Amino acid sequence: MGKLTIPEEEYMLEGHMGCLGCGGTLAMRYLLKGLGKDTILSIPACCWAIMMGSFPYTNLKVPMHNSAFEVTGAAISGIEAALKVKGKEHINVVGFAGDGGTIDIGFQALSGCVERGHNVFYVCYDNEAYMNTGIQRSGSTPVGAWTTTTPVGKTGDWKKAPKKNAVEIMVAHKIPYTATASVAYPEDYIKKVLKGKETKGPKYYQVLSPCPTGWKYPPEKTVEIGRLAVQTCIYPLYEVVNGRYNITFKPAKKKPVKEYFELQGRFRHLPEKVIEEIQQSVDKDWEILQRKVEMTKDL
Amino acid sequence: MSTTSIEKTEKHTTTTKTGVKKVMHGNYAASYGAKVARAEVIAAYPITPQSQVVEKIAEFTSSGEMKAQYIKVESEQSAMAALITASQTGARTFTATSAHGLTLMHELLMWASGARLPIVMVNVNRAMAPPWSVWAEHTDSIAQRDTGWMQFYCETSQEILDTIIQCYKVCEQEDIMLPALINEDAFYLSHTVEPVEVPHQELVDKYLPPFNPKPELTLNPDHPAVFGSLSKPDEWYPEFRWMIHEAMERAKKRIKDADSEFGKIFGRSYGGLLDLYKCDDAEVVLMCAGTLASTTREAIDELRNEGKKVGLARIRTFRPFPVEDIRALAEKVQAIGVMDRCFTFGYEGPFFTEVKGALYHANNKPKLKGYITGMGGRDVDVQLVKKIFADMYKVKDGKQDAETVWVDLKADVNNMNAWLKVR
Amino acid sequence: MKIEIKSMKDLPMLPKTLETTIGVYNTGAWRSAKPILHEDKCNKCYICWKFCPEPCIRIKDDKGNEITPKIDYFYCKGCGICANECPKKAIEMVMEA
Repeated sequence: MGKLTIPEEEYMLEGHMGCLGCGGTLAMRYLLKGLGKDTILSIPACCWAIMMGSFPYTNLKVPMHNSAFEVTGAAISGIEAALKVKGKEHINVVGFAGDGGTIDIGFQALSGCVERGHNVFYVCYDNEAYMNTGIQRSGSTPVGAWTTTTPVGKTGDWKKAPKKNAVEIMVAHKIPYTATASVAYPEDYIKKVLKGKETKGPKYYQVLSPCPTGWKYPPEKTVEIGRLAVQTCIYPLYEVVNGRYNITFKPAKKKPVKEYFELQGRFRHLPEKVIEEIQQSVDKDWEILQRKVEMTKDL
Repeated sequence: MSTTSIEKTEKHTTTTKTGVKKVMHGNYAASYGAKVARAEVIAAYPITPQSQVVEKIAEFTSSGEMKAQYIKVESEQSAMAALITASQTGARTFTATSAHGLTLMHELLMWASGARLPIVMVNVNRAMAPPWSVWAEHTDSIAQRDTGWMQFYCETSQEILDTIIQCYKVCEQEDIMLPALINEDAFYLSHTVEPVEVPHQELVDKYLPPFNPKPELTLNPDHPAVFGSLSKPDEWYPEFRWMIHEAMERAKKRIKDADSEFGKIFGRSYGGLLDLYKCDDAEVVLMCAGTLASTTREAIDELRNEGKKVGLARIRTFRPFPVEDIRALAEKVQAIGVMDRCFTFGYEGPFFTEVKGALYHANNKPKLKGYITGMGGRDVDVQLVKKIFADMYKVKDGKQDAETVWVDLKADVNNMNAWLKVR
Repeated sequence: MKIEIKSMKDLPMLPKTLETTIGVYNTGAWRSAKPILHEDKCNKCYICWKFCPEPCIRIKDDKGNEITPKIDYFYCKGCGICANECPKKAIEMVMEA
């Protein structure tokens, strides 16, 4: 591999329909570098369903099934079962869905799938809204964000409800491996994917995938914003291995959330007071995470 | 009816050249059908009155009798989604459901046919809520008319088992590749116990080869492709749909061939698309689907003894609709009555509408009348069918007072067997 | 690779893809700004390659030797991530006419 810090081979090809600077494409690119050729993907309705190109073209070198919106968890259960029957269990089975298809409409199927313990990967590329249909809020949209259905307006109607913590919900299902990732830290992400290959049972990954179109920032900042999300501890990089918490990247210096918000148009309207509240909430969650690491270190 | 009592009766068996006869209800007949058809992946969710189908299959898979993966999904929607991918990965797939479970799958049913996947599903026909009802009605399956699935209606438990085997044989053909819905009436078939012959496995294996789709048409890393991606108006969406239509049309003859070949091996066949009983010289024919047909046969036998030339044309397949067979029947018959165990609000009985439509371009157009019967599982007895035949004679003789009626309603205390005019 | 489907007869029996997008979609036409890599500043760290979302930055030649990164402008949408992430500021975004 020489000086490259991630595997060289590409399984995701150029010529796709992703927006300039799309974080979701990096989420897929790195995932496939970790998984390799023996992989079958299932994706629901989401940006990726369009990005790969229209019939008869695909930008992937692995097979993929397009499914209905809400069923990714069930779709991968079916692939896994059929591969078992065919004696081809060495093939990685992967559900790859946006946050809507994971934690909102797709939640039932995901929960059912991991509860049954299927040997599958589930990767949520989290761009924090229903991007494919035009930036509507999802359960994964963070507090304070503008979306087309929380359009701020004169009444301050930004997203008020806290972000649904899909990661912790998956941990509560007692699956063997759960992890967060960010497209700005591909080495960490791919390491986690490789760990998943060594693990039998359901593996859940939530990959922060900044979206220039929906988050309202110039496309060249995608990786920078993905990095700031981790450095501000808004999106900490951690994994939970059979209940044991492990923070995989500790920022040398924790940055204030303001630096993250300043780069994105979707937070432009936030009053100081709200930013302060969010800072306190992030600080509290980061503290709780560190305590969880301490509490579970002997598991 | 507890499982244990059925277990006891199942132990009493008779072996014939073609199979082992056991006494069982329709639900277990479906389970045995899936077993001898060697279904490989089952994903199912329980719902009354289907639950025994999946319970029995769970017994088969747990004991190792059936080498299949049974995914105990958390909803019917997930059941169909899991089977779609399992089928796309090259496995033979099976499930069962009823009413609200079937309708919950509606989106996914569309997906299965669009993806050209030969999934076989047994549906226990049950009325839709509200009000809650668990009894026989065809609304649930008729509502899936437009999903691109073949639809079969079974009259006996034996037919359920046999049709499962026949359906895999038809559906998995390279140039068919469409899913099939096999319907059985709630309680009349699902829970009524009768003798059913489970065909010998070796004979089924000779009739039904393993599912072997071309590798490039499956999810396979050696043949990477994306299934179901975007297809624009100008680039091939309509053509993909036309190809489904062609496959459905092709299926008509294949269904008939599969049925008669089955008959040659096992001694039982079901009339292909349209199952005719005493129609050769009939003046008046009743058409219906499901267990209404067996009641109608009894009524016909009684009426024939009284000298009436009556017959039954049982609609075995609602899709593909037996247009040609119905037009051929119409050549000889003076009047056709259609019994619907369902109703499309805002119009009329859907079986009636479709028969009527099929006859619009027929050479000979018999007189037609539609009868809505047995909604919500209300019993349709021989007496009622004989009344319907009597009414059809009036129709035949030009004394038709209504296009279509809803029979046997408790309209008011003075009219507790009312026939109410729809149109 | 481009494939010619003239009529229904050329279609697969179910909706599945037949070819990859290579050479098909000229996403480079979407660009407003073009990344220009100044070779004299480049130290071949390949961070630009690492973060390209297409990916359309070549780091090896046909014989497999490491090269100064070469941007494939047929696909490059001009997102600017490479320029933003380059530690040597070797990539300059130039507005196209």
